[in-house]
Amino acid sequence: MRHEVIEKSMNLMIVLIVLAISIGGIVEIIPLMMSSDATEPDEGISVYSPLRLAGRDVYVREGCYNCHSQMIRPFRSETERYGPYTTAGETVYDRPFQFGSKRTGPDLARVGGRYSDDWQRLHLIDPRALVPESNMPAYPWLADRQIDAEVLVAKLETLQFLGDPYTDEQIAAAAAEVAGKTELDALVAYLQGLGTNRSHRR
Amino acid sequence: MPAFWHWFVVGLTVLFIIWCIWLVSWSAKQGPKNVGDDDLVGHKWDGDLEEWNNPAPKWWLYLYFITIVWGIGFMIAYPGFGNFKGVLDWSSAGQYEAEMQAAAATYEPIYERFAAMDFEALSRDPDANALGRSLYASYCTTCHGSDARGATGYPNLTDSDWQWGSSEQAITTSIYDGRTAVMTPWGQILGSDEAVTNMAKYVRSLSGLEEADETVQAMQQQFTMYCSACHMADGTGNQLLGAPNLTDDVWLYGASIDTIRTTINEGRNGQMPPHGNLLGENRAKILAAYVYSLAQN
Repeated sequence: MRHEVIEKSMNLMIVLIVLAISIGGIVEIIPLMMSSDATEPDEGISVYSPLRLAGRDVYVREGCYNCHSQMIRPFRSETERYGPYTTAGETVYDRPFQFGSKRTGPDLARVGGRYSDDWQRLHLIDPRALVPESNMPAYPWLADRQIDAEVLVAKLETLQFLGDPYTDEQIAAAAAEVAGKTELDALVAYLQGLGTNRSHRR
Repeated sequence: MPAFWHWFVVGLTVLFIIWCIWLVSWSAKQGPKNVGDDDLVGHKWDGDLEEWNNPAPKWWLYLYFITIVWGIGFMIAYPGFGNFKGVLDWSSAGQYEAEMQAAAATYEPIYERFAAMDFEALSRDPDANALGRSLYASYCTTCHGSDARGATGYPNLTDSDWQWGSSEQAITTSIYDGRTAVMTPWGQILGSDEAVTNMAKYVRSLSGLEEADETVQAMQQQFTMYCSACHMADGTGNQLLGAPNLTDDVWLYGASIDTIRTTINEGRNGQMPPHGNLLGENRAKILAAYVYSLAQN
C-alpha cells in the first residue's frame, strides 16, 4: 500500500515531481553558470562592435541559426574542417549564443576571413551565382534596408546595463559608425568577425 | 570550480542518491507471499473482476538499483562529482588531443613524404592528388566551384590561364598568403562615357571580339598611358601583379561591353583569402600540386 500514499495525495506528488525534475538542473546547471569558464571571456574575446552587433541581430532575425551552427565540437572531423573547437568563454557576450542545433549549411563559428567581403555580399544576395549546388535562400532585401541607429544605441545601452563592457564613448560613436550602412554591410561585418578574435585559429 | 560549488554538487549528489535508494525501497512492495485481501485495490468490473496490487517483477525492481550502482560507478570513473576528475582521468579536451595525436602519427609521415617530393612529380602522383582533392573539397569549392571551373570573379582552375602564375612558388603563395588584386576605377580619368565605351571596345578588339574602327584604334594611346603599367603594352597582362591577359578568350568578370565598362568605371578588387593558418606548409604544397594538375589535362 505504500506507493498509494504518493499516488493518492496530489500535493505530495506535485512536490516530489518538482523535486525529481529539478535535481538535474540544480546539480548540473547552476554550478556551471557560476563557473569562471562560462562567465569570463577567453583571451582576445571582446564585445561586438556596434556594426557587428547590428549584423548579429540581422543574423538572428533572418533565422540563420536554423541552418547554420556556431558550435564546433571537440572532434578531429570537426576541427579539420572548421577550425578550433568552440569554448564557453568565447560566447560570453552572445545573448543568446548562436550554437544552433542543425547544419543544413556549414558551421560558421570560424567563417571570418575565409571568404572575401565581395564573396559574402554576392553570396547573400544570390547564393547560386557563386555556388550552383547551394540550397541556401537568397536575402536580396538586406542590401536595401538601412541600420536603425536609434534602436542600435538602445540595444548597446541595454547590454551595458547588463554588464557588457561597452564604454560610453563607444555608444556615443555608434550612430556615426552605422550611418549609411545597410543590413548587408552589418551582416557581412558580423560574419567576417566570427572566430577571428581568438588567440589561435588552428 | 570554487570550493562552495564543489561541496554543493558533492552534497546534493550524495543526498539525492541516498534519497533515490530510500524511495525505491520504500515504495517497492515485497514478495508475493505478503499478498492478502488488503491488496485488492478496490476496483471491480463485471461483478467479480478485481484488481490486485501485486509486486512488480523482481528484475524490474533490481533495474532501479542497478541504475543507481551504475551512476555511482560512472562518477568514480568519469568527472562529474564536484571537482573530482575521475579515476580514468578522462576529459573531452584530453580525448580530442589523443585523437589529434593518433591522426598526426598516421598522416604526418604521409604529408612529409609528399612535401619532400618534386612539385611536378607530386602533381602526377595519384595518392597525392587524392589527398589534394579532399583538401580542395574542404577549402576551395565554395569560390572556385566543385568542378574547379570558378564563377564570375573567381578564376577557373582547369584552364591554362593563370592570374598569378603557375610555378610552385606562385600557386603555393596564392594559397598560403592569399592574393589581393587591385584595379582602380578609371572612368573619371578617361573623362567621358564615350571614352569608356571606346576603351571597352578596344579591350575587346585585343582578343578579336570586336572589329576596331579608327576611333577605337585611337584608344591605344590611352591604353598605353593608363593600362599598360599592369596589363602591359600589348595587353598580355602581368602575373606578378595578377593583371589578367586581355588578349586571350578567358574573361574573369565577363566579356560583354557592359561588364567591361563596369570594370573600367568602378575597378575590380579580386581577393583570395590566406589559407596558410588553416593548412600549414605541407598541405598547402599538396593542394598547390593538385590545383596545378587540374590545368594539365
